[in-house]
Amino acid sequence: MSRQVLLSVAVTVGAPVVLLSWLWLVERLLRPLSYRGRRRARPWLWLAPPLAVVGLYLVWPLLSTIWTSFQVRGGQHGLDNYRYLVHSGEVHDALVNNGLWLVGLTAGSLVAGTAVAVLAHLVRWETAAKAVVVMPAAISTVAAAVIWRFMFDYRPPGVAQTGTLNAIVTAAGAEPVAWLVDERTNNAALIGVGIWMSVGLVTVVMSASIKAIPAELIDAGRVDGAGPFRLFRYVVLPQLLPTIVVVSTLLAITALKAFDVVYVMTNGNYDTNVLANLMYRELFLNADYGRSAALAVLLVILVLPVVAVNLRFFRKGRA
Amino acid sequence: MLRPTKRPVTERRTVRPTGRTARSLAFVHAPLVLLCLLWLTPTAAVFVSSFRTAADSFATGWWEGVRPPLRFTEQNYVEVLSHGGLGRAFMNSLLITLPSVSVTVSIGTVAGFALARMRFRGSGVTLAVLLGLTVVPLQVILVPLLRIYNDLAVTGTRPGLWLVHAGVGIPFVTYLLHNFFRELPRELFEAAEIDGADHLRSFVHVALPTAAPAVASAVIFQFLWVWNDLLLALIFVGGNRETAPLTVMVSGLVNNITGQGWHLLTAAAFVSIVCPLAVFFALQRYFVKGLLAGSVK
Repeated sequence: MSRQVLLSVAVTVGAPVVLLSWLWLVERLLRPLSYRGRRRARPWLWLAPPLAVVGLYLVWPLLSTIWTSFQVRGGQHGLDNYRYLVHSGEVHDALVNNGLWLVGLTAGSLVAGTAVAVLAHLVRWETAAKAVVVMPAAISTVAAAVIWRFMFDYRPPGVAQTGTLNAIVTAAGAEPVAWLVDERTNNAALIGVGIWMSVGLVTVVMSASIKAIPAELIDAGRVDGAGPFRLFRYVVLPQLLPTIVVVSTLLAITALKAFDVVYVMTNGNYDTNVLANLMYRELFLNADYGRSAALAVLLVILVLPVVAVNLRFFRKGRA
Repeated sequence: MLRPTKRPVTERRTVRPTGRTARSLAFVHAPLVLLCLLWLTPTAAVFVSSFRTAADSFATGWWEGVRPPLRFTEQNYVEVLSHGGLGRAFMNSLLITLPSVSVTVSIGTVAGFALARMRFRGSGVTLAVLLGLTVVPLQVILVPLLRIYNDLAVTGTRPGLWLVHAGVGIPFVTYLLHNFFRELPRELFEAAEIDGADHLRSFVHVALPTAAPAVASAVIFQFLWVWNDLLLALIFVGGNRETAPLTVMVSGLVNNITGQGWHLLTAAAFVSIVCPLAVFFALQRYFVKGLLAGSVK
């Protein structure tokens, strides 16, 4: 134990030291070269450590996964794994659920986050309000899942309900709901947890965007006689549009990659599976590398168009 | 374009949204208070419950716990930390997180500097590739890495996980620091060059001291990301109780002790968020900056 602690401390402290030593060595090695040679070689030597790590841990695995996705158990290559993607009912169900996540998480977080940003902008306790909403973004999904399982806790009718939501429901005279088991509510419940966690990001970004709107614009709108709602609809909202698109793409990517919430809260049972959980199951429980690679490739294919939109708007924002 | 105004402009101006008029109370303060309560209640519920006895938690809802007479106990925390193995998991989380953060942020800072302040062919492409890699679904790297790790028998070891986190984190940190270094005025570096500083010296003596806030954002962001990570921990050290971090332990507890174990589970959850919450409240400014940098790419 203590040896491992020592190693961790050594790496934590040593990493910057080793890196600076590397740079020092690079500069020494470059000294005999001509000015032009130095200018050419230096950046790549400085970038050697990051490129090595990223190449080894991201680029190579990415390519290897694509290759593996064509591998069938037994070693041959073929399209079997993709046939599984196309024909399997569980993949279809997971895709539908990912679709629900995509729409629900994006729309829900966007509306709630923008609402908090706009409303907080108008009050004196803005900092406190934003802190409350951003806090869940700092904690782990596992903790959030525990927090919300406690909210959704279900006990059979007749027994005292200790889950907050069912206490409210029964106090209103209705039957308690098994939120996470009932297939009419469970996906919405999981997505709700996702929204609870992502609203902070939206609020922070939208808030910065709101503060960047020139005050004269708002004043001009007011002078023209616009009330608060028309002011928001016709003056503020158009200014926020580029930010809304960028935030939506981030939320969409989060929705497509959803894993933790589902894993901890339902483990994909009761028709709540999403692609990432299916992939984890194939990888870990079934050890079917080909299938799980194909599922991972499918995830990348789904994310690509969203990334394209994001990059396009990002470029526009810079230009 | 002048339209006749029905009321004098001054009167309309008095209805400022910040004023405590009935309208602003109804449309601004009330919904905001409601939203904040909605966001706060779940965490508050778990917090209260983590200090209630097993019998109380089983018999009544958490809201009864804040009704006097108060009967709070720290027994749940004692139990999860000693018998539940959460003390070790906490240590593991630290031992996974700190080296990962150090390696990632050190390398990313150097890369960000090189990409921002050195002019060379391929810098644009390199940056674009790194930016593209920040959104790659993590699932796509798991299969080959797990296979290699199994072959090399490094699955379940911490150094193996440090490197995975470094690989995943470097693109983002590089990007964040690149954006910062790019904005620094050129004069800052020219002055140093006149004094005879080479690239290494201007990096260490000119760039780094000014970069403290950006590095802080990167550190906090990376810290929270690694500390909160479940997927990578689950796959690369999850099978090993000796090295499993809090997220893995707590997610294991969820499936084992719900129903009658809320008093323990809520305490465990709180142990796992103590560090993130402390970081969040102490360094909120930098955290928000990191969020902004990550999203308004």
